[in-house]
Amino acid sequence: MDLEYGERYEQFRQQVRRFLEEHKGKRPSGPFLEVPREELSRWLSLQIEHGYWARTIPTEYGGYGAAPDLLETVIMDEEFNRAQVSRGLNAQGPSMLVPTLLAHGTEEQKRRFVGPTLRGEVIWCQGYSEPGAGSDLASLSTSAREDGDDFVINGQKIWTSTADRADMMFVLVRTEPAASKHAGISYLLLPMDSPGLEVRPLQTMSGDVGENSFNQVFFEDVRVPQSSVVGRRGEGWKIANTTLKHERSSLSSNAEGMFLRLVRLMQGETVDGVPVIASPVYRDRLMRLQARMLTMKYHAMRMLTCSLKDESPGVAALVVKLQNCQLSYDMASLGIDAMGELGVLYDHTKYERERGYWQAQAFFALGLIIGGGTAQIQKNIIAERGLGLPREPKPAKA
Amino acid sequence: MDFGLSDDQRLLDETMRAFLAERVPIERVRQLRDEACPLDRSIWQALAELGATGILVPEAQGGSGLSLLDAIVVSQAIGNAVTPVPFLSSAIVAPVALRALESPRKDVWLAGIAAGELVVGAGLTELFSIREQAGLRLQDGMLRGKAMMAIDACAADLILLPVGPDTLCIVERVATGVATTRLMTTDRTRCTAEVVLDAVRPLAVFEDAADAIARALDAGRIALAAEAFGACESMIDQAVRYAGQRRQFDRPIGSFQAVKHMCAEMIAELEPTRSLLWYAAHAFDAVPEESPMLAAQLLAHVSEIGREIASVSTQVHGGIGWTDEQNLHFWYKRIAGARHLLGGPELLRERAARLQSLVPAS
Repeated sequence: MDLEYGERYEQFRQQVRRFLEEHKGKRPSGPFLEVPREELSRWLSLQIEHGYWARTIPTEYGGYGAAPDLLETVIMDEEFNRAQVSRGLNAQGPSMLVPTLLAHGTEEQKRRFVGPTLRGEVIWCQGYSEPGAGSDLASLSTSAREDGDDFVINGQKIWTSTADRADMMFVLVRTEPAASKHAGISYLLLPMDSPGLEVRPLQTMSGDVGENSFNQVFFEDVRVPQSSVVGRRGEGWKIANTTLKHERSSLSSNAEGMFLRLVRLMQGETVDGVPVIASPVYRDRLMRLQARMLTMKYHAMRMLTCSLKDESPGVAALVVKLQNCQLSYDMASLGIDAMGELGVLYDHTKYERERGYWQAQAFFALGLIIGGGTAQIQKNIIAERGLGLPREPKPAKA
Repeated sequence: MDFGLSDDQRLLDETMRAFLAERVPIERVRQLRDEACPLDRSIWQALAELGATGILVPEAQGGSGLSLLDAIVVSQAIGNAVTPVPFLSSAIVAPVALRALESPRKDVWLAGIAAGELVVGAGLTELFSIREQAGLRLQDGMLRGKAMMAIDACAADLILLPVGPDTLCIVERVATGVATTRLMTTDRTRCTAEVVLDAVRPLAVFEDAADAIARALDAGRIALAAEAFGACESMIDQAVRYAGQRRQFDRPIGSFQAVKHMCAEMIAELEPTRSLLWYAAHAFDAVPEESPMLAAQLLAHVSEIGREIASVSTQVHGGIGWTDEQNLHFWYKRIAGARHLLGGPELLRERAARLQSLVPAS
């Protein structure tokens, strides 16, 4: 057991700190998708130039070109978090499309899209889920019919976050209707201003219309050239699975930060003139959550070590999403309970605490329990891939 | 950065599991449960030959002077095999306490532990919970009173007996005035006893032992959590194996989501807890100031997930899991028996809150 990062990495940490001290004032204020694109691009380009964003992307595609080093990534995340500055652009373009293009895209696609995506010049949304294809994503039915050099797309996507502000979409469509469920899907890139494409906002239970907005996207005879396929026709499922893997690893949480915030809330919130934390009943709930938070904190170190040593963590990695999302939800729920009858105050009304943070967190965590593979799908994966239990037999065809 | 067990610790784990599987299979545990005391000295002796009893004993006294993280690898294997041995009291609590004390005789005792010749019981209960008018008084060098649920005391050579949080007495079990009575519990793989002292002259009295007592209790809590964790691990393994083999409605029951989700939920609780177990054991030596809180939170958490895992893995087995013949109850009872042995979860969480100054003065 050795929890030190070592001399070379501590020097790297100092370097990151110096960068942040010198440049953090240049970060555009406000949510990234709402600031002017040139400002966003200037800030991201500065980070790329110093190697704190797109660090391992080859220079010919607009990255910094360093060799992958997990501990450097961890240190950058730690230091940017500490300075409360977001590193890079946490959006589906950089996190999901870029790795996919680098693995499966043509030279032309890589040159055209990777750099602008990293610099925030092209914003992407992800067109995967459909009203009839959620957990069973491979049953998707949005069709792309061949017509000359084009595909003609008809159908509907749902849960498309940032579709209202995106320039482009990476989308899964059915190009081979005669092929089997998984073999008939292709991965396409298409502009959001294509004629026949309509975006409608989808209000969620949180009432959020800010940065976490969701949408539905309707396709009516939308044309894209066949050259916009990534990889080969009919291989979209395989290609999408590379990006889903990236989604899972990016669903990390800051459980310790949320726990400390919960402690402060319970120390400051009083009922009958006494702090809530003075109540043994509430305090016991808090301490139970602390134990769970501690398990996930040290579990993350164990997972990091497995990655550094290139060891397979097996089932231990598969449980992370399930446990973290439920923990966030339970912490938000205690926050709401600590405020008692005022816990339901919302929409920036009088007496509302922390601008509705705890309610918003509960809604958001509930969404995360469902999104990116529901808790029930996670349990199937844990049991089948992690524990080797048999799959559910397919129902006999009538 | 290397969070986890070293190659040596992994080898120790394999060695211990292989040894216990061969030397103390569950059939042997069944025989021992019917004994007046389940502690079999020949098993203890064999563990000493493997170097396990002296794992925390300094090399100068014939031990291997290793860390608590090494020691809990053994605790976990013992819990996994539900072995009735006095490891918790004699190989964890006693050496941690003795190492922190100044006494000309302690080297002899530590050497005896390493050699497997000395079994040391521990009556720690009254440090955190007093029932049945228990408690000890030391007056004019004579010890009086009683200690409840003293661990491994009825078969021990020596018994560690704290008198309050500062003073530690060591008594011989066969000394005049000492009466130990085994208190039969649901868990027949552990030996807990009442120790009644009627004007007993201790072998040694340490009046400045607050640190030794506190460290021994923390180490005991971490090691007890490791034992219960090992038992949980085994129960999940048995449930998963059974769910893959047992067929109903023409298919393995593990293919039903109702059953496979029970298994998934158990392992989802277990694996992150393993990470906390490793860290708490590591911190005991490397970051001692964090240790009291971590020991309390770890044992509380293992007790909570343990109760659930013990119940759910029994349910996965259906009716057969509820029978004596299936043996599953040995693990169930070992986990249940650990729950309050060094403080139950409610008590431990309140302690953790106090240690972090989260309990306002009223």
